[in-house]
Amino acid sequence: MTLPRIFRYGDIPEDKSGAAIISKETKTDWPLWEVFIRSKQGLDHKHAGSLHAADAKMAIENARDVYTRRMEGVSIWVVESKYITASNPEEAGELYEPAESKIYRHPTFYELPDEVNHM
Amino acid sequence: MTPLIKYLLHLADNTLILSQRNSEWCGHGPVLEQDIAITNISLDLLGQARNLYSYAATLIGGEATEDSLAYLRKEREFRNCLLVEQPNGDWAQTILRQYCFSQYQYALYQELLNSKDPQLAAIVEKSIKEVAYHLRWSSEWVIRLGDGTEESHRRMLKAIEELWAYTGELFEAADYEKDLQQEGIAADLEKIKQEWQLKTEAIFAEATLPMPRNVFVQTGGKQGIHTEQLGFILTELQYMQRAYPGAKW
Repeated sequence: MTLPRIFRYGDIPEDKSGAAIISKETKTDWPLWEVFIRSKQGLDHKHAGSLHAADAKMAIENARDVYTRRMEGVSIWVVESKYITASNPEEAGELYEPAESKIYRHPTFYELPDEVNHM
Repeated sequence: MTPLIKYLLHLADNTLILSQRNSEWCGHGPVLEQDIAITNISLDLLGQARNLYSYAATLIGGEATEDSLAYLRKEREFRNCLLVEQPNGDWAQTILRQYCFSQYQYALYQELLNSKDPQLAAIVEKSIKEVAYHLRWSSEWVIRLGDGTEESHRRMLKAIEELWAYTGELFEAADYEKDLQQEGIAADLEKIKQEWQLKTEAIFAEATLPMPRNVFVQTGGKQGIHTEQLGFILTELQYMQRAYPGAKW
């Protein structure tokens, strides 16, 4: 029996097409790309979303038009979604729950002197 | 009307009419991303038109504004090239029209950076990065479609057939251009033509498309003699101001 799987935002289905819902038409057409934008020099690239494009060059230009129209970025990375390996949501239990009971990993047990700001 | 005003209107009308044509794709692009790309270009061109109309309006004086120049002039008063008023056709035809215009506009604006009219040079400097992007985007599409599938290649050939007769006019100087060229305000179109042909030959070679030779040149747009297309464009563009004069948002 195959159980229905729920894909949450950011989860990559096993066929690696990169999105939970993708029409047959676009699937045979252009591949999906993930877009990462750096908003300022010195900051990290952050995932902005995804789009379809025929090649890397077009993906950069599409990303420029779709995601940086309001001066959101100074640098763009694109990667074809199929090259991203994602953790399986079904394994969330074994992957993430063990950390829940280990609160001592948070630095919350230190008494900070008043003079120390910005911690 | 001075040659400079005519020239500014010519430059502005080119961008306004092409902007209006490209905007017809809004909501109808072949894919979402390209729908946004072509309408972005449309907005860039509209912004360029506004700068040029505003400058022309200050020279005309009186009641003239950028709006009155865009919305209240008649067909014969528009000086845009015939190329920009041609219909969108399919994506190939829209791409080729944009490419032909952007390649011309880029070469022209590079010359106009040195125009002896400082205001015009400043407007051009503000716009030329946008134009550089339009050129890059449309060149890549010409190559992609020309050197793509059998169908995309065939559609590009058809687009060339439809549009080529209108490309020659870009390089034929109107009387006001000749006057301003002597004053160092307008650009030398012969030089721009050579660059346009050289660049286009290289791109067409990469796109495996033939470069047409000795095609009959349709002219008239720069003097206000247009194809039937412009009337329909203005009917839609000017409808609100004609129906409700002075209407504002």
